[in-house]
Amino acid sequence: MSNQALPRPRLEAPEPEHGSRERGPKAVLKAEATTGPLLLGKVSEVPDAVFGWAIRLCGFAVVALLGLIVYQLVLGSQLSWHAFGWKFFAQSDWNPVEDHYGALPFVFGTLASSLLALIIAVPLAVGVAVFITEMCPVRLRGILSFTTELLAAIPSVIYGLWAIFVLIPLLRISVEPFLGKTLGWTGLFTGPAYGYSVLAAGVILAIMIIPIISSITREVLTVVPQHQREAVLALGATRWEMIRMGVLRNARAGIVGAVILGLGRALGETMAVTMVIGNRPQISKSLFDFGYTMASVLANEFTEATGDLYLSALIEIGLALFLVTIIVNALARFMVWSVTRGQPSKGLA
Amino acid sequence: MGVGITVEHLNAFYGKTQALFDINLTVQADHATALIGPSGCGKSTFIRCLNRMHETIPEARVDGMVRIGEFSVYNGTSATQLRRRVGMVFQKPNPFPTMSIYDNVAAGLKLNGFRKRKLLDEVVEKSLRSAALFDEVKDSLHKKSGASLSGGQQQRLCIARALAVQPEVLLMDEPCSALDPISTGKIEELIFQLKEQYTIVIVTHNMQQAARVAEFTGFFLLGKMIEFDKTEKVFTNPTDKRTEDYVTGRFG
Amino acid sequence: MPDTNSMSEALTISWRRRATDHLMTALSVLTVVLVLAPLFAIFAYLVYKGIGSINLAFLTQTPKPVGEPGGGMANAIAGSGVILLIASLMGVPLGIGAGIFLAEYGRNRWGDGVRFVSDVLNGVPSIVIGIVAYGLVVMRQKHFSALAGGVALAIMMIPTIARTTEQMLLLVPQSIREAAYGLGVSRWRTTLSITLRTATSGVITGVMLAFARVAGETAPLLFTAFGNQFWNWRMDQPTAALSLQIFTYAISPFDEWHRQAWAGALVLIVLIVSAVAAVRLVVRHGTLAGA
Repeated sequence: MSNQALPRPRLEAPEPEHGSRERGPKAVLKAEATTGPLLLGKVSEVPDAVFGWAIRLCGFAVVALLGLIVYQLVLGSQLSWHAFGWKFFAQSDWNPVEDHYGALPFVFGTLASSLLALIIAVPLAVGVAVFITEMCPVRLRGILSFTTELLAAIPSVIYGLWAIFVLIPLLRISVEPFLGKTLGWTGLFTGPAYGYSVLAAGVILAIMIIPIISSITREVLTVVPQHQREAVLALGATRWEMIRMGVLRNARAGIVGAVILGLGRALGETMAVTMVIGNRPQISKSLFDFGYTMASVLANEFTEATGDLYLSALIEIGLALFLVTIIVNALARFMVWSVTRGQPSKGLA
Repeated sequence: MGVGITVEHLNAFYGKTQALFDINLTVQADHATALIGPSGCGKSTFIRCLNRMHETIPEARVDGMVRIGEFSVYNGTSATQLRRRVGMVFQKPNPFPTMSIYDNVAAGLKLNGFRKRKLLDEVVEKSLRSAALFDEVKDSLHKKSGASLSGGQQQRLCIARALAVQPEVLLMDEPCSALDPISTGKIEELIFQLKEQYTIVIVTHNMQQAARVAEFTGFFLLGKMIEFDKTEKVFTNPTDKRTEDYVTGRFG
Repeated sequence: MPDTNSMSEALTISWRRRATDHLMTALSVLTVVLVLAPLFAIFAYLVYKGIGSINLAFLTQTPKPVGEPGGGMANAIAGSGVILLIASLMGVPLGIGAGIFLAEYGRNRWGDGVRFVSDVLNGVPSIVIGIVAYGLVVMRQKHFSALAGGVALAIMMIPTIARTTEQMLLLVPQSIREAAYGLGVSRWRTTLSITLRTATSGVITGVMLAFARVAGETAPLLFTAFGNQFWNWRMDQPTAALSLQIFTYAISPFDEWHRQAWAGALVLIVLIVSAVAAVRLVVRHGTLAGA
């Protein structure tokens, strides 16, 4: 550390160049060489205020967007609502020719395909999550979680494409005949095996919702405190018993939340389902039969809707879909939040 | 030259809790004044009232009068304008992590609209010299980020950054508490040199540091200023018993 | 004297429990295999079925009439680009602005409200967003357009970008903002040039993720951009999009179109992945040593 006197930090104003008429700090310094900080000039409050309001406007825009969505949906479905009332969702007759619309087949198709998807997806997703968080060697964790997230990045239309040319032939040629022979007595697996079916929709939906159920479940499992696991192990439990009693039991609410979140995703899924479900508005017990979901009918018929009532009926289906997914998602978030409470979560999509 | 600071009947609040009670004191220009006291006594709150940083906390409020030079802090002037005349160095060094060393020092000027390159170069060099950091970083001014320096260097960088704006007053809130003894020593030497040109107010929980660098010392306790006098007197012959108890180590 | 009967009983129980443990481990591994299988299958098929069809013609020509072999998806690729550009121009500034609001001006009840609404918006099915954009743009203008498609995708981008921007800004320590305030930098300047600047790489990553998510979307474009077999750069006509084209071709009865659907799908995935990777590279390259 040098002991020389430190140079005076005050700037000596340099000589003006060629009679320059410069104002600002240089000139001021020269004029008031002994006092005054370098930056003078009045500070206006206006930019801060303007910026503040612009930013608040952006925040408000988000809320306005939701309002806009509700407004558009409610407005558009007025015609249909006045024409059919609640019966709209209880009747099965979807008849554009006679301008009479009942949305029950779509509700049924949506529920059936989504429920089937959950039945297939939940054990797989939870199994993967348990494996990654509790069983897997630490080095593999990153790769495994990355690859399961990769599944979430594939666009829906590509799932649909693959489903048409790979999954459906597989179902038609191998799986459905097998199921028909072994489980046909249940009534769920009867009828001609075209491949395009509610079953196909359920399977492809399952593949698509596994990533989200798995990732939330992983979060929920990681939040379970280590001492819970240790307490069970100390009693002489095997690893599986520790997982069952020390981890899964504690994370139950969160896992249910994850499942419901997956359900929310499945309910709104459009493209892949449209491409494999057969698109016939009917209610049938057999999973081999064609079906139709709320999202699919919108995708297929919106641009073909010739009459005002037709369009309004479709928009009313859209409104119903909107409300159902919002409620389901809100419920799911609440359950997940109640378990992770305060722990930072990755941006949930 | 620095300017003096006058504080009259200063009360500070966090929401409903009162943190400072009727503080009155005068800080002398071109001298260093230390503020000591046990944790939570309000000395940090006080120093942050001097440049209105206290206001950045939601629900914080101030009552009373503060004058810096002839400049009234709380009437009329914008906080932003005030802070260009009063520099602050914080407890934990906080250089801007995405900016180079040069940009860090120049930040106060560039972000306030001052862009003349040649003059900026001069100011940056002079500020870094004043902070006794120039020789150590002169080859990597634009290449290294502010956050890549050691703790002591980062704090000196923050000092240079505060000096670049050429404030009249320099406020230091426990500037050495996060640093090792060697860096602490360097910074104390710095303060010794700087107080010839600036008015310095330094908050410290280290009494020996106060004794080393400051001509005046104020003792705070539970939000009140108990005693304010020449450093020598406060440490060797305090008027108030509580001061005596603190400086002799009976508590705090 | 230990009772050998009860001892063997204890060991028997233990044997059963151990077997269960091993079984569950095996089942878990099985689930991982079952979950990863479709992933690999999809990527494998994409490459296997698509790679042969990607050639210069595919990337530069428009679709040929039904029945004729050849042709490409150039207009669809370009159309997607235009739609995404429009969507980004609207969605990114609003999204980042909303994120700044949540982080810097919204640590209160108002902010909580916006945060909640943002999460709700994230869960709205994309086809419903398509309906809304239809009502907002297509019905007003009386025609389909890239603008309508862009609006739909922008609505989808905004909540995602807002939340990730908020999270990245909250990671910036308060001490950095205080350092700027202490220098007399005004609040708006601090927010943009210091806080946002510090969080830049994270914010950009968030934007890229939102972009990648909407780049593959089809449903909201079905009745906004609608699709087009020809070149169209105008805003008063339907526009082709890659995802729409893949859909149309996939459900068609023509093998030629099926082949091109696979190629288009492969191009779509490659474009999305490279866009994300490119941004990652630029962001990393632009930061200083030690920053």
